[in-house]
Amino acid sequence: MKQRHTLLEKDGAQSVVASLVSIVIGLLVGSILILVVGAFSANLGMASAWEGIRLVFFGIFSTGRNAAGALTWGFNPQSIGNMLFRATPLILTGLSVAVAFKTGLFNIGAPGQYLMSTMVTLAIALGIPADAMPKILLWLLAFLGGMLAGALWGCIPGLVKAFLNINEVLACIMTNWIAANLVTWFFDANKVFQNTVENTKSGYVYMTAYGKTMVDGAWTYVKGNGVQTAKLGLDKLFPGSQINAGILVAVLMAIGVYILMTKTTLGYELKACGSNRHAARYAGVNDKRNIVLSMAIAGALSGAGAALYYLSGNTEFFWSTYQSLPATGFNGIPVALLAANNPIAVIFTGIFMSMLNIVGLQLTNLTAYNEYITDVIISVIVYLSAFSLVIKMIISSRRKQKAAVEAAPAAPAAAPLSGTEAPPEPDRPEETDAVEEKGGERV
Amino acid sequence: MTFLIQQTLLYAVPLMIVALAGVFAERSGIINLALEGIMIFGAFVGVLFVRLMQGNPAIMGAFSAKQWVTLQGLELLAMLVAAVFGALFSLLLSFASVNLRADQTIGGTALNLMAPALVLFLVRIISNQNTLQMASGDAASWFMIKKTTLGFDRKADLGFLGNTLLHQVYLATYICIILFVVLSILLYKTKFGLRLRSCGENPQAADSLGINVYKMRYAGTTISGALAGMGGFVYALTTANCASTGDVAGFGFLALAVMIFGNWKPGNIAGAALIFGLFKCVAASYPSIDINGDGVYLLAELGISSHLYRMLPYIITLVVLAFTSKKSRAPKAEGIPYDKGQR
Repeated sequence: MKQRHTLLEKDGAQSVVASLVSIVIGLLVGSILILVVGAFSANLGMASAWEGIRLVFFGIFSTGRNAAGALTWGFNPQSIGNMLFRATPLILTGLSVAVAFKTGLFNIGAPGQYLMSTMVTLAIALGIPADAMPKILLWLLAFLGGMLAGALWGCIPGLVKAFLNINEVLACIMTNWIAANLVTWFFDANKVFQNTVENTKSGYVYMTAYGKTMVDGAWTYVKGNGVQTAKLGLDKLFPGSQINAGILVAVLMAIGVYILMTKTTLGYELKACGSNRHAARYAGVNDKRNIVLSMAIAGALSGAGAALYYLSGNTEFFWSTYQSLPATGFNGIPVALLAANNPIAVIFTGIFMSMLNIVGLQLTNLTAYNEYITDVIISVIVYLSAFSLVIKMIISSRRKQKAAVEAAPAAPAAAPLSGTEAPPEPDRPEETDAVEEKGGERV
Repeated sequence: MTFLIQQTLLYAVPLMIVALAGVFAERSGIINLALEGIMIFGAFVGVLFVRLMQGNPAIMGAFSAKQWVTLQGLELLAMLVAAVFGALFSLLLSFASVNLRADQTIGGTALNLMAPALVLFLVRIISNQNTLQMASGDAASWFMIKKTTLGFDRKADLGFLGNTLLHQVYLATYICIILFVVLSILLYKTKFGLRLRSCGENPQAADSLGINVYKMRYAGTTISGALAGMGGFVYALTTANCASTGDVAGFGFLALAVMIFGNWKPGNIAGAALIFGLFKCVAASYPSIDINGDGVYLLAELGISSHLYRMLPYIITLVVLAFTSKKSRAPKAEGIPYDKGQR
């Protein structure tokens, strides 16, 4: 019996359980909301509510409706491809939040870093003529420029935290809104980037597939002449979707962050600062440098997310963004929380979040419900993860107490005590089994 | 000048009341990052209430008969409903951070994500678009107080003060100012206020003197939620034509900036709200502001981009944070979950 419940004592297993419970509760809350709205709304009804609920859980496998109007299910390459495409920025903002968390910082500034990177990426990709240098070099320049912009923007909260001891959350909120206004200002002032070719759209910047090229002696934006991320045949695998090699870059970066955090001195120092800043300083770690560095890395990761998203060539940026911040930045928070800040787990939680995203689109297309239900689900998950750490702590401290009691020298009281506490234990391994099944289904 | 003062007040008053909401929560020891979310939720509930009431023939009758008292009553009632629902919504935050000792920043972020999602989900289902408007008419014709409302002649000149404070104004603005004063007194001059503040400074000491820290924190956050919900509706009513769109243009975060800039003190907050309100107002309408009425549009001639005015409040707050962090009056125990066993 001792052997069987060691699995749950592992920190990782507990995190997985906590995350899965959060996800299940989140999906249930979404379903209940659909049910309530369906039941009380005159023109929706219970039948559509049932369809909505099925879509919330299995929307990624939805293939639309058949001639009779019933929902059909199966492998939908377009949905899956788009899911992987949209997972790219989410994985990276998730990594960004996770790295900061490991250093004991809450990077709520990911939206701002994301926006600054968007601005720089687009300015480089669209500002430099497409025939001035090889496109791959231009792509790389835009990507690195975006990362650098994100890193610099992330440095600001890091610097004020490290040297002036200002709460990084407040500093991040301020820099977010400064970024939102700055980006709007930039694209408002530089009208060359505003999409005037497709005149059905207003307020959008050119997609990076448009390149600045010399046509009849004038610099003009021409479609299909710009930079875009290589597809590497992935679009053949998932026809009709927006997928490109960006997802591979994101996965590689996640692995890179994992190596950085677990195998290098820098990663160790960052984590030491996160565990106890003062103890780390006492041990000779330069805590100020590490805080700034951590925020810079976090910013660079958010920036990479934005760069990969907008360099795909077929995504548009709505530049008048001063009244709202990009959701992708905020959704990095649930991605990181669900993954318990493990860089490898971030890959899967990022894909899960983008799956919810696709599910939302399916809901909008196929039913009278809309995509915002998935945002409700995400927010419930964030809410639960706010105290899932606490619950985990309670579980493990109770276990430690019990272990202490059991380890106490064979006092006569110890035997009945462990006897009374034995019954709940058989439940727990079952719980993990069930959870593993669900995990398999999800991935 | 009249225009400038009125517009500034329209922006400053919701900021002021929501910043006070932040103060109530933080003084009791809970960081309320969810101000934005609660505002969004309050705005939605208030607008929905007005919309539903407009379906009532008696209310429509009162409108066509120009019974202004009834309409102002409706406005007050909508504010009250928004406050109640804002308070209910904020219970999610207090439950997580008081009973479950959760991370308050993450809890607040969750509410900030939840409110727009929930609101947009419902708005889209109710009205098939992303905006929930009044069922008929607009905010100005229903709720705005004009000269004629008060029985003056259309062409009457009420003098500078009269024109500024009695013509084309909303009752909500004045109610908020009165509430602001009353609640500031409550927080600083009463036994309840002292107890509440003690929980944000040193909850252990407060507890040792028999104050129930949990109850006080619940009280602080609930008052905060009520004020933020009401502020959200007032914002929607006075500046967004009584419509709910699932966002309040970052006003909740701006209120947070006001609170920090005002150093957690009501007097300073009122001043900060006025300054930030002025920036908002200038950013929104600087080409048409004629400060002293001499036909020279000074602000437009300065040629400063409106984006800069929009950005300034956040930059100033960041700078102020940087310079005052050493002598900040932020409550000492904010953000730290209270644990009875901890000494």
